[in-house]
Amino acid sequence: MPVSVTLSNEEIARYSRHLILPEVGMEGQLKLKQAKVLLVGTGGLGAPLGLYLAAAGIGKIGLVDFDVVDASNLQRQVIHGTKDIGRKKIDSAAETMLDINPNLEIVKHEVPLTSENAVEIVKQYDIVADGTDNFPTRYLVNDACVLLGKPNVYGSIFRFEGQSSIFATEDGPCYRCLYPEPPPPGLVPSCAEGGVLGILPGVVGLIQATEVVKLILGKGTTLNGRLMLYDALNMKFRELKLRRNPECPSGKCSVVKGLIDYQQFCGIPATPAEPVAATGDLEPAQVKHMIDSGEDFMLVDVREPHEYQIASIPKATLIPLGQLPNRLSELPREARIVCHCKSGVRSGKAVDLLKQNGYTRVSNMKGGILAWSDKVDPSVAKY
Amino acid sequence: MAKILIPTPLRQFTGGADAVEFGGANVAEVLGALVAAHPELKKNLYNEEGKLRSFVNIYVNDEDIRYLSKDSTAVAAGDTISIIPSIAGGCL
Repeated sequence: MPVSVTLSNEEIARYSRHLILPEVGMEGQLKLKQAKVLLVGTGGLGAPLGLYLAAAGIGKIGLVDFDVVDASNLQRQVIHGTKDIGRKKIDSAAETMLDINPNLEIVKHEVPLTSENAVEIVKQYDIVADGTDNFPTRYLVNDACVLLGKPNVYGSIFRFEGQSSIFATEDGPCYRCLYPEPPPPGLVPSCAEGGVLGILPGVVGLIQATEVVKLILGKGTTLNGRLMLYDALNMKFRELKLRRNPECPSGKCSVVKGLIDYQQFCGIPATPAEPVAATGDLEPAQVKHMIDSGEDFMLVDVREPHEYQIASIPKATLIPLGQLPNRLSELPREARIVCHCKSGVRSGKAVDLLKQNGYTRVSNMKGGILAWSDKVDPSVAKY
Repeated sequence: MAKILIPTPLRQFTGGADAVEFGGANVAEVLGALVAAHPELKKNLYNEEGKLRSFVNIYVNDEDIRYLSKDSTAVAAGDTISIIPSIAGGCL
């Protein structure tokens, strides 16, 4: 440790509860001050990570995000406030963190993490905390950490359930030891589709923050080699053993040789597909016209019942996407059918499914009920 | 009977149940009984060749069956089988 690093009197006052804790003390606090941590994402998991790591006295924190704050984020992303709606998340997060602790150095990486830039970004840090929300970026973060030998503090959430662990330590398992391959697109719903309890990412993000601090201090027993599962609905924590792939020698991975095309690896087309093929798409205004003119067609809402309760279009018949394969008998084969969902993605899948089952007169309503609210009927709530 | 813990994403296929009980001498038999009772789970757990999907981890108690005897891992009464699927959510 360079002798030049010291704490100012302001810092000594600020960190006094750490300094009198034997496991941290002056030595530990100076380690925190010299630590460089990269937060990938400043959303549900990144919010508590950012707040507490800033407060704890980490010297340098890099933020990766290129999203803007939306009203629907505020239920869980507590690093952003109502005044920040429409602002860049990276700016809003940095402002909050510097307000908590002006001693902090923040580096903004306002880009999507890609195979081209990941190594360049990750190598500037000691530890990575993964707060992303999709499989391609999870594998990318993992592989970059494996290649560079940086610990990857992992957290993931869905509805009421969270997972956390530490990957890519020298002799520990990595994300690919747990999940060698990603699930095919569509089989695992996202938070946007499946919902999430707003408090859940707070708990999981703080498990990650705890592990980041322990790794820096070199104290305690970390989650290296263990997968922590948290079930908020039943308030249960469980842990499972994680093992390193037996084919991987110490300090090396037998699978990750370099960064790859993660979209392709996860089965996602290289150019992001439009929610549906352009043929047959209808604007909400066109659907409104069909309703008003008494046209003979079925409007099928493929969202979940709890979404239907929040907002719906009067003519629509509710058949959740997951039930559609078993409820085709309710839809006459020759009928003119228009599908809609929240934003047009699930209804696009429904249109594909109907076409595969011999339906020919099917369309997707572009932009879903959100676009309906914007363009046709503002009294329909957006969620 | 072994207790099978059903993760949130798959509860829609078990009528919302977060845990179910089925008997069997090994993992293959217990999971076979599970998908026989809840057929929609099958495509989520098994691929077209009838093999467990690689993004689904099965644990008997706290140990991954990949490091035991795979799906012929013996199951005793009172054991807990966990299905651990990939979840990616971080909710940006």
